[in-house]
Amino acid sequence: MSAKAAGQLAMKDISIAFPGVQALSHVDFEAAAGRAHALIGANGAGKSTLMKVLSGAHDHYSGEVFLDGKAISIRNPKNAKDNGIGIVYQEVDTALIPSLSVGENIMLEQTVYGMKGKHLMNWRKLHREAEAVLSRMKVSIPTRRLVQELTLAEKQLVLIARSITRECRFLVLDEPTAPLSHTETERLFDLVTLLKSEGVGIIFISHRLPELYAICEDITIMRDGKVVHSDRIANVEQHAVVEYMLGTKLDGQFPERSGSIGEIAFEAKGMKDPGKIDDVTLNIRRGEIVGIGGLVGAGKTELCRALFGASESAAGECFVDGKLLDCRTPYHAVRSGIALVPEERRREGILVEESVAANLTAASLKQYTRFGLWISRRKEYAAAAERIAALGIKAPGPDTKVKHLSGGNQQKVAIGKWLLVDAEVYIFDEPTKGVDVGAKRDIYELVAELAARGKCVLYASSEFPELMGLTNRIYVMYDGKITKELLTEQTNEEEILLYSTGGLVKA
Amino acid sequence: MKAAGSKRTATGIFEFMYKYGTLITILLLVVFFGFATDNFLSQSNIISIFRSISIVTIIAIGLTVSLAIGGFDLSVGSTATLANSIVISMFVWHGLNMGLGIAFALIACLIVGLVNAFLVINFKIQDMLMTLATMFVFQGIAMTYTRGATVSQNMIMPNGDFATGKIPAVFKSLGLVPGIIIVMIIVVLVVHVFLTYSKHGRYMYMIGGNPEAAKLSGIAVGRYRLAAYLISALFAGIGGIILGARVMTAEVNSGGGYLMEAVAAAFIGYSVFGAGKPNAFGTLAGAVLIGILTNGLVMMAVPYYAMDIVKGAVLALALAITYYKRKH
Repeated sequence: MSAKAAGQLAMKDISIAFPGVQALSHVDFEAAAGRAHALIGANGAGKSTLMKVLSGAHDHYSGEVFLDGKAISIRNPKNAKDNGIGIVYQEVDTALIPSLSVGENIMLEQTVYGMKGKHLMNWRKLHREAEAVLSRMKVSIPTRRLVQELTLAEKQLVLIARSITRECRFLVLDEPTAPLSHTETERLFDLVTLLKSEGVGIIFISHRLPELYAICEDITIMRDGKVVHSDRIANVEQHAVVEYMLGTKLDGQFPERSGSIGEIAFEAKGMKDPGKIDDVTLNIRRGEIVGIGGLVGAGKTELCRALFGASESAAGECFVDGKLLDCRTPYHAVRSGIALVPEERRREGILVEESVAANLTAASLKQYTRFGLWISRRKEYAAAAERIAALGIKAPGPDTKVKHLSGGNQQKVAIGKWLLVDAEVYIFDEPTKGVDVGAKRDIYELVAELAARGKCVLYASSEFPELMGLTNRIYVMYDGKITKELLTEQTNEEEILLYSTGGLVKA
Repeated sequence: MKAAGSKRTATGIFEFMYKYGTLITILLLVVFFGFATDNFLSQSNIISIFRSISIVTIIAIGLTVSLAIGGFDLSVGSTATLANSIVISMFVWHGLNMGLGIAFALIACLIVGLVNAFLVINFKIQDMLMTLATMFVFQGIAMTYTRGATVSQNMIMPNGDFATGKIPAVFKSLGLVPGIIIVMIIVVLVVHVFLTYSKHGRYMYMIGGNPEAAKLSGIAVGRYRLAAYLISALFAGIGGIILGARVMTAEVNSGGGYLMEAVAAAFIGYSVFGAGKPNAFGTLAGAVLIGILTNGLVMMAVPYYAMDIVKGAVLALALAITYYKRKH
């Protein structure tokens, strides 16, 4: 092998499938020691899956991994660590034990793997070693503090420290900056620079283009489970990155929009939720579908929940036709005529153990009662059966438990629940997530029909083709703020993505 | 294919046993005890079984409502003790009439429910842990109130006199057949209708099934949790009052023993007719099962002090079936 192979990590012809999805197909990826490599792609492009393969989280992939030109076997997390490959996942809390000290968390692997034949802990040695690692990182966190008392940024540092307690040659950082403040991000970048100078190769996953340009030397762009471009980052323009990221168009999927757009009916002013959304102001006209664009973590879901009163820490004012609404809790929001189809269907949108009928009537049960109290089964089932037919829900009958339906049909139930309520404002949060193509079309039609009936529709999505196909107007969110308002017919996916990744904002 | 077929049969058998197992067990126990003992099937014994389960059932029904919203009211036993102490003391110490005595006892129970709900909802503490704490608090309050003594007619007061108050005769009839059984049946029916046919019952099951989805459907989750704890305490109180009517005294921690049986009855009830959730008829069936088991074993001369082994084992079995079912 050539000299180039030394300090080189290469993944060759990696493919992996999950039930129903080909997550990666024939992916080649290379990273070099002492350099930072940006890995970017739209949601579901396969970045995280590729890095999970590298860190041994999946073992049913095909293809090979080479280090310094030699084939290595990575089938479990220990294999990866033994080869000096570490990963810091985005959800730091899943990897930490909050009730133990910083030192114990940093030295966790040594405690688990390095204590063969020993039974007594040497606490002084453990904390001394943990401190040495932290001082090498030029970070000062008392090693005897409990992890649960740390900030998110500090927890991240603890995980990075854990990765470099053993010889670390390549370190994967999966969207590390998403939850960090500006100063915290800078501190992280200093650390990345330091590690690079020590010869560690960094693989940096992020949606934020300016950051990638600030600290990375190389870039690989993925789309739909494939690598579409790989080069030195200096050779690729921001606009070109965006073009490579964009997926195939969903032409012909979207319904024809008819109906006229009226006056501004819904307004939200100064919506705030500390650490999540910052001073968002928006409006929706009658009969208009307004999109909220942005990548995962931009604050779309948080905004939807804040508007619906589902976040206790949120503040701000909502108006319908100039009248201030009471949206303290979802209970009040529903009474004020707001409906929310939440993102996490199984956790928030439906009651899996209940029947289709019970789910469909959940928000409007009062209509099917006598004296507002006793449920009339006949009325309830008639309404449910009518909805099942109108929405094309594939279910044997109103009695069927929702857990037996497919994802798309469950989502139709979650949406159908609100169609039986006469709300003024409908908020959809990623309604087509995990839904098959046919059901997607039905959902688009439902949304379009609501608008045609003169309702205000807010449609949050990280699928930009959807926003292009369905909406009249789009607010783009980045980092909890609305960074741009775009008219759909005057924009394109490229522009949305550019604003979503913070491109042009600082320029 | 054959393996798959037999697996399906196995699942089918489990489903069948899950739905009807409790009822089949009750039948088998009746047949067994009917043959094994002389008097088990006599009319007087059957009535005595129903009388013996009535208090457990009433308390368990309240617990069932707290379970329906995904809570767990462990303080029902102590609440029953408190109601028992207050109602008897109101008659014996203060000579109040029946209406007032019962009213004071129930008001105290509603305060108990309010405290439980306030702590559980506002501090977001796990229901079972919080009510474990309040269980001791209310038990202590009841005991402090009675100064650690049994309250009964003609008891000696701290100043050396005899208590002069009398327990009303009508009140006594609440603790006798058929009054005690009628109260139990009314309680079961009312709660069954409430949980199954009313809007509020439906909302409670929704909250129990998925609190986040219920909240995002616009249901006032907090109010319903409060209501559930009030109902739970109310029925525990009714149980305690009936207990007072039956024994005509208020002993120290008299309701405490009912907690375990009520929990067992409610959890056995999960499975009856495949409901898969707490329900009033199921709870009644659970109480009947425990009642028959206890009665039959006593008749077979199993000593009373060994009875807890059986009751505990029945609860463990009911829990095992409920949690196994959730996973499969």
